Amino acid sequence: MESITKVFSGHVALDNVNFQLERGEVHSLVGENGAGKSTLIKIMTGAYRRDDGRMWLEGREVSFNTPEDAQAAGVVAVYQEVNLLMYRTVAENIFLGREPRRFGFIDWKRMNADAGAILNRLGLEIDARATLGSLNIALRQMVAIARGVSFGAKVVVLDEPTSSLTEREVSLLYDVIRRLKAEGVGVVYISHRFDELYTVCDRVTILRDGKFVATRSLNGLEKIDLVCLMLGKQRDELQKKGATAFGEHHVGAQGSAPLLRAENLTRGRKLNRVTVEAGRGEIVGMAGLLGSGRTETARAIFGADAVDAGEIQLDGKRLRLRSPADAISAGLAFLSEDRKAEGIIPELSVRENLTLAALPSLSSAGVVSRAKQDEVVGRFMNRLGIKASSAEQKIRELSGGNQQKVLLARWLCKNPKFLILDEPTRGIDIGAKGEIQSLINELAESGLGVLMISSELEELVEGSSRVVVMRDGQAVAELRGVDISQDNIIHAMAEGGSPGVVQQKVGNEDARVE
Amino acid sequence: MSATGVARTTAGQSRWSTIADYAPTYGAFAALILLLVVDSLFIPNFFHPSNFRNILLQVSPTVLVAVGMTLVIATGGIDLSVGAVMAIASAVAATSLSGGTALAIVLALAVATAAGAFNGALITGFRIQPIIVTLALLIAGRGVAQVINGGQLIPFSNPSFEYLGRGYVGPVPVQVIIMFVVVAAIVFVMRATTFGRYVVATGGNEAAARLAGVKVHRTKIAVYALSGLLAGIAGLIETARQGASDAPNIGPNIELDAIAATVVGGTPLTGGRATVIGTLIGALIMQIITTSINMKGYEYSWSLVIKAAIIVIAVYIQRPRVA
Repeated sequence: MESITKVFSGHVALDNVNFQLERGEVHSLVGENGAGKSTLIKIMTGAYRRDDGRMWLEGREVSFNTPEDAQAAGVVAVYQEVNLLMYRTVAENIFLGREPRRFGFIDWKRMNADAGAILNRLGLEIDARATLGSLNIALRQMVAIARGVSFGAKVVVLDEPTSSLTEREVSLLYDVIRRLKAEGVGVVYISHRFDELYTVCDRVTILRDGKFVATRSLNGLEKIDLVCLMLGKQRDELQKKGATAFGEHHVGAQGSAPLLRAENLTRGRKLNRVTVEAGRGEIVGMAGLLGSGRTETARAIFGADAVDAGEIQLDGKRLRLRSPADAISAGLAFLSEDRKAEGIIPELSVRENLTLAALPSLSSAGVVSRAKQDEVVGRFMNRLGIKASSAEQKIRELSGGNQQKVLLARWLCKNPKFLILDEPTRGIDIGAKGEIQSLINELAESGLGVLMISSELEELVEGSSRVVVMRDGQAVAELRGVDISQDNIIHAMAEGGSPGVVQQKVGNEDARVE
Repeated sequence: MSATGVARTTAGQSRWSTIADYAPTYGAFAALILLLVVDSLFIPNFFHPSNFRNILLQVSPTVLVAVGMTLVIATGGIDLSVGAVMAIASAVAATSLSGGTALAIVLALAVATAAGAFNGALITGFRIQPIIVTLALLIAGRGVAQVINGGQLIPFSNPSFEYLGRGYVGPVPVQVIIMFVVVAAIVFVMRATTFGRYVVATGGNEAAARLAGVKVHRTKIAVYALSGLLAGIAGLIETARQGASDAPNIGPNIELDAIAATVVGGTPLTGGRATVIGTLIGALIMQIITTSINMKGYEYSWSLVIKAAIIVIAVYIQRPRVA
């Protein structure tokens, strides 16, 4: 693929991206949110049409208009959510749409035999006659791969194939990938887990903000360099200051008991014994690449996802959280990462969105006091400088920055003790960004505890008094004071998890990356 | 309309955004006016008070059910079981009338509310789709009602109970008064209570509402329970009007009329919005069409065709527009 460009209604999603996959190569595609990975994959597999650029397959120039075109040519994608028929058999799924026929009827015998042969070739012990729904997720995924292989696939795209698999299932997947490789199939492998990339992939192509950054061999590429490439940082340029509106570091009330302490949070493979704590007036930053367990930690603390194990304390009191409502009444607040999907109620007004969490305190006997409501809405629209034609304007009509301010106000009007912010400044304009940063600063100064998740290293370095670094579902490092630097954060993101160090970090405050 | 329109808009706020917000309701309102004008031109005696009284009489059970349906649809759900719940309420009331009118009414409404809450519990607890859960009760409900009735028509003679369906206050039928009281109450609930806000928040973005501390499960169960209660009231009115409990034939297809009234009134099936007054207007439009066709002496079937056309047009006008 050369100079691939894709524009979505004026927004350039891919800008002159090059990508080259060899026979029998496992090639990883990495990048943070909005880097353009999925867009590139979709163009490769015919789901989107490119606006510019050219594509070749085995030296022949190709152009796919539909996924069927791509499939017929041998380019197959296997997505996270497997698109198969749950109530049909494995063989039927593999041959769906091209069942072998005899006298116009489906030749079941041959279909089952052929399916069995393909599964065998991949080293899978799956009964071709079994109903797909009776298999676990890992095996369903293998069936999807087998379906791809049955097309005579030359290129197989795996989009986060391990996100719902257990360790054992992951090794099964690796075996299948190695067999594909041995047969000369090219595999495009998308994953956020570094250990996986280094285990199965030969080369990696890095995208950032829709642009091609580099293609490198993983052999000999240091993790830290990979992270630098993903984030667009130069290793020797990590010291610049003053890029954000945060003031001095917040030391918080040192020595006193922490305001919030989350201990050994564990949830499947997403969170592994994560311990975080934050004091009054302290901004604790949380760093980590996409999929490292940052958001999962926040959701666990807020009671949005049930944890398998772990304990959360606020003000020394143990919290029993069965829902976000419990967390809110305990004094927690959570600004979610995905404003559209988990933040705004699009059809409701600014007023209705702003007061949603505070309604119980603005009403008596279930009847909302219009006067109290208007007072709160007016006060916070003023304080945060929310720009809307009126409090009655629908929130979906506001800019991203103003929507974010409304959502912040939704929590601030509840006077929370502790604020969890997941990417508070993502996707909003520079002006609003600065305003929100200084607001966070102000809030911490007034005694609130803050846990701030961010992908922007400047924000973490200049805003936090401590930075917890997440990697593969674990808190791998905790940086303090002068140790907080972009360089150290990137180091921890990339290398933080050699097994010995991990053991040391868990529940051990003093351990840090040098 | 002043009670429900923009009367509360305070000075300084944009009146226009509020009006735009209610536009689908006004669309339905305009259609109602147009319909009345056309009818007054072509149908003699259309504006006779007794004609209006008849229209309101006939529409009131549908409106009661449709108002509950509007709230259910606003959460993104649907309730197909309302007709069956009417039958259950009818059977419970008829078989317990011997114990006293008040007891019969309270018991029947309690059972109807419980049936609705049961729907809500299944939907939230087991994450079954609302259409499936309420379809199950639609199928089973009339059976249950007939079992209660012993498989027979239960006639009764109880003037105080019959007052519900046959009584008048001055020139106004009791059931019409009940209808307006319920509509006013639900309008108030939707505009001024936390529950009303939670209903549209749940339908508008369930994940966001949950993270904002809204107890979305509780809200949904309450909405289905309310739908059951209102269907129960409609069932009692019909039973009282007929002077008998006829489980197989009470409220036939009323769930479809209620959904149609809701949609024509401007509540989108995707949820997140509830136009209660719009639902009242939608039900009136449908009833007036039936009545007009009848008065003109045309085939009843024509009214069905016209109603179908109106539903399609209403949905077309309200289709989501890309901003």
